[in-house]
Amino acid sequence: MRISGNLNETPLARPSAPNIDAAAQPLVRFDAVSKRFAGVAAVERVSLDIVAGEFFALLGPSGCGKTTLLRLLAGFETLDEGRILLDGRDLAAVPPFRRAVNMMFQSYALFPHLTVEGNVAFGLKQEGLPKTEIAARVAEMLALVKLEAFAKRKPDSLSGGQRQRVALARSLVKRPRVLLLDEPLAALDKKLRSETQFELMQLQEKLGLTFIIVTHDQQEAMTVANRIGVMDHGRLIQVGTPSEIYEQPNSRWVAEFIGEVNLIEGRVLEARADATLVKTADAGTLRAGPAAGVGPGDKIYLALRPEKIRIALGAPPAMTENCVAGRVWNIGYLGDQSIYKVRLNTGSVVKATVANVSRMVERPAGSDARVWLSWDPEGVVVLTR
Amino acid sequence: MLIPYLWLAAFFLVPFLIVLKISLSHTLIAQPPYAPVLDLGAGWDALKSFFVALSFENYGFIASDRLYLASYLKSLEVGAGSTLLLLLIGFPLAYGMARAPRGWQPALFMMVVLPFWTSFLIRIYAWVNILQRDGLLNQVLLALRIVDEPPAWLATDTAVYIGIVYSYLPFMVLPIYATLEKMDDTLIEAAADLGCPRWKAFWLVTLPLSLPGVLAGALLCFIPIVGEFVIPDLLGSSQTTMIGQTLWTEFFANKDWPVASAVAVVLLCLLVAPILIYQQMQARGLETGR
Repeated sequence: MRISGNLNETPLARPSAPNIDAAAQPLVRFDAVSKRFAGVAAVERVSLDIVAGEFFALLGPSGCGKTTLLRLLAGFETLDEGRILLDGRDLAAVPPFRRAVNMMFQSYALFPHLTVEGNVAFGLKQEGLPKTEIAARVAEMLALVKLEAFAKRKPDSLSGGQRQRVALARSLVKRPRVLLLDEPLAALDKKLRSETQFELMQLQEKLGLTFIIVTHDQQEAMTVANRIGVMDHGRLIQVGTPSEIYEQPNSRWVAEFIGEVNLIEGRVLEARADATLVKTADAGTLRAGPAAGVGPGDKIYLALRPEKIRIALGAPPAMTENCVAGRVWNIGYLGDQSIYKVRLNTGSVVKATVANVSRMVERPAGSDARVWLSWDPEGVVVLTR
Repeated sequence: MLIPYLWLAAFFLVPFLIVLKISLSHTLIAQPPYAPVLDLGAGWDALKSFFVALSFENYGFIASDRLYLASYLKSLEVGAGSTLLLLLIGFPLAYGMARAPRGWQPALFMMVVLPFWTSFLIRIYAWVNILQRDGLLNQVLLALRIVDEPPAWLATDTAVYIGIVYSYLPFMVLPIYATLEKMDDTLIEAAADLGCPRWKAFWLVTLPLSLPGVLAGALLCFIPIVGEFVIPDLLGSSQTTMIGQTLWTEFFANKDWPVASAVAVVLLCLLVAPILIYQQMQARGLETGR
């Protein structure tokens, strides 16, 4: 199996990730890290580099090992195999209370017997700083998260969103090299979640820190992160910027995990330098962009995102490839877009999304209408696994 | 709303008023052995002479005799001392139980509670057996050559402390265990994340959060121990008596119901402060749901 998506093979200098210095030594390096619980691998030979100043997201379904990886970095779990390096230093001998890494817990873990001020000052007191400096830094941090008025309150008298800010302030006040966030927005309602996502991004840029966030919410990962690492069953499947993950998934699993996708099975007819010709049962012969490592006769999948498909009521005159006819089976109206489910002659269903660019209530293509779907060759990704 | 108050009145207030009334009477060799006796059917004049006959002379008597003061002080001393011992022994036990693997905890809980399945009196008699001159403890000490002569354990303060700590340990362990068990483990992780080594995290996080359980356990032990009678009677000496024994002697040996009642009322007044504290804590605990 050809494994792609490791950092060393993916170029970093992209217009979509302006803050990252590709040539610098990574701030955090996971080197073939493994961790097992009762014989079951929670994390399996994960190698990953995270660069300073990055907002990195670990994304995956529940139980994929992303939280375990985070906890290994924080020091709450011990490695079975591999190394973790922070700024080039092996963290193996360093206990959690001496790592320059701070964590924001999913349950916030605020100390109920201390006030908000006491909670935020806790970490600074352990460093043995003078009282005046502690007070100044606590005040500065509370102003940053807009909680100055709540300084003397206890956590149980705060709302969920306010408690989350206290947890954030508490973990940031020590100015850690890396801030770890374990599903920090899971308990918030949708509106508060989007606001907080934006605030986190601004905070990260403003303070110039490195954030690693663990989440199962793809939208969250795509919104906040410079780069995303997708994990499944303890393995790192793909690492890349949000657009790389979305437009260039390296496997069917990633293509299906992120967003909606149509997967069309086929066999390679010709693998040329400028195109790949694929014979499919559903849609005849399709043309895709050039794909490395495939030869004639190979069984492959074509991943086609619904928004790349155009729907027409009549057969498009110029298209002979990448065009297929079908009947509209179901239309899902979402306000900003409509999702058309089109049944092809072979019985397969293709999803196509169309932005509702005009304010018509009745759409031209109704249920059971005969439509033609077409797309550009560049809109398809060739997947070998 | 009325029913709870009626219940409280019937089972607490009325009996207390009876004891209070007896404490204000004087003793007689009669049936009942005190006068005046309340007779609601005898008319208004009888009622007036009834109230005139009540007096505080018994309280004056208690205050004047050194025996009672010594007994009260002894009781408070033993109460405080054994509560402290119970804390020192019980807290590590409760902490160990709370930190044990989840599967073990019901078994450990059972082991703490199991002695209650047997009679309290029989367990104290067992201690008499163990602590007597040729009892189990001395046999072990002699066999291990720790002592040459078997020391006398019974009829000493040490035996009383042993008996009390043994009997009241579950009352200290269980409230502390309940509080520690409910504590969020991630708080310790958070403390470690913020720079605390494990012993410091225990001191700064676990201990403060266990205080409600510690206070509950301490009061749950202190209040009954002060009035304890059986243990000092069976295991202690006649030189130093606690107030429970003094009251018993007054009631059964002297047949002086009024003085005994006065002793009981004064004991209740002494314990009012801790009882109110305990009750406040329980009420606040119910409000905050902890």
